[in-house]
Amino acid sequence: MTPWTFFITHRSEIWSATLDHIALVLIAMSFAIVIAVPLGMLIVQHPALRTFSLGLASIFQTIPSLALFGFLIPIPLIGGIGPRTAIVALVLYALLPILRNTYVGLTSIDPAVLEAAEAMGMTDTQILTRVRLPLALGIILAGIRTATVITIGVATIAAAIGAGGLGTFIFRGVAMVSDAVILAGAIPAALLAIIADLFLALIERRLRLQ
Amino acid sequence: MHYDKPPMRHVNSSSTGPGNEASISSATADPIIAFQEVTYSVKGRSAPLLSQISMAVNSGETLVLLGRSGSGKTTLLRLINRMLAPSSGQVVVEGKSTTDWDAIRLRRHIGYVIQEAGLFPHFTVAENVGLVPKLERWDPARIAARTNELLLIVGLDPKEFASRRPAQLSGGQRQRVGVARALGADPSILLMDEPFGALDPVTRAELQREFSELARRLGKTIVFVTHDLREALLLASRIVLLENGKIVASAKPQEFLRIDHPEVKAFAASLQAVPGAPA
Repeated sequence: MTPWTFFITHRSEIWSATLDHIALVLIAMSFAIVIAVPLGMLIVQHPALRTFSLGLASIFQTIPSLALFGFLIPIPLIGGIGPRTAIVALVLYALLPILRNTYVGLTSIDPAVLEAAEAMGMTDTQILTRVRLPLALGIILAGIRTATVITIGVATIAAAIGAGGLGTFIFRGVAMVSDAVILAGAIPAALLAIIADLFLALIERRLRLQ
Repeated sequence: MHYDKPPMRHVNSSSTGPGNEASISSATADPIIAFQEVTYSVKGRSAPLLSQISMAVNSGETLVLLGRSGSGKTTLLRLINRMLAPSSGQVVVEGKSTTDWDAIRLRRHIGYVIQEAGLFPHFTVAENVGLVPKLERWDPARIAARTNELLLIVGLDPKEFASRRPAQLSGGQRQRVGVARALGADPSILLMDEPFGALDPVTRAELQREFSELARRLGKTIVFVTHDLREALLLASRIVLLENGKIVASAKPQEFLRIDHPEVKAFAASLQAVPGAPA
């Protein structure tokens, strides 16, 4: 069986796996953004928290992804078999790039601009929302972009704990020793990553131009 | 000429309450800014950045703080709008200690211009200039009118410049916008920290001339920090010389060079450093 014929005969199955995959990534990225961006804003003011949270996020990144999925299974509430566990793991993976870029973006602003903002009588909140955040947005988005591409890749492994997605084909293909089946999962996953990357790059460029 | 060595003033530093004579002020009227035995130090440094500073700035005066890098002149400036608070003593602005002012109110009440302008890169020129009025919740029509007026004051055509971004301006134009922004809500006091320091010499001279004209016309009280004696002599109605966090001399520009103090002489020598320049 050639990859192409497998593709044609299983197209509806591949399509639904792709949608599952996209759902996993979108949900995980939403959580990661909602956690990492505010946390990044917080650690600008709190150095102790900064070392701790950046350190913790780095540790998550160093754990091999298959092992992280495995570790999470026995944990109550967030663990078990299925998409929920997978999403927790994906969120942990996505945290570091977003957190680090948010922090870097907020702190790498021209000191003269911040001095002027303070001297003009802006409150701390106004400096954050009207100066720091708009100027950091491009860099924050670059972090989100990196995290999205990583998450699309790592999400293929989520199939190992029964979370579905394009990884299902890859694992099945490995078991069947069939390149055609592996490619049925790998090619759409790669395409997703490329499309997400290009799309986010476009938005990022728009933001930086402004 | 008012000149004294700092150690002399320590003799009389026992009184702590307000109403100390501002020892080097020549004014009889109430000063708009007064430093009363102000010391500023930071943790982890043995020597204070400023020690026992007493001086007064009178309304309408252009006071130039002259000194080398690290002499404490920027620190002194930042004490006026409470970007810093004194470690001891007090800074009185318009009759009220800066620590009694609401810091945000005080800063919106005082214009501030820095080197490289520090314009907001994501704002247009008009948005930069209209910032303080907007923070003060003026209505948009009034902000627009004020912005136009200010751009004209600093010599920029609003039609050409209002909608540009800072990145589309030359250094001199940026600095003009910086001055216009500082004047936004029509403050009576203007603080300027080496505003022309990063400009090329020709543009700098041009802006200095225009600014001295503007300062006279607007009648603002200006405290101006520089390390350039030439600039000080051009703009000042009074020059205060700082050395290692202490005031070592204070005089009108025409009298300044006659002061017999090593630091004054060091600065004077910097004027004559160009061989072949007209004396």
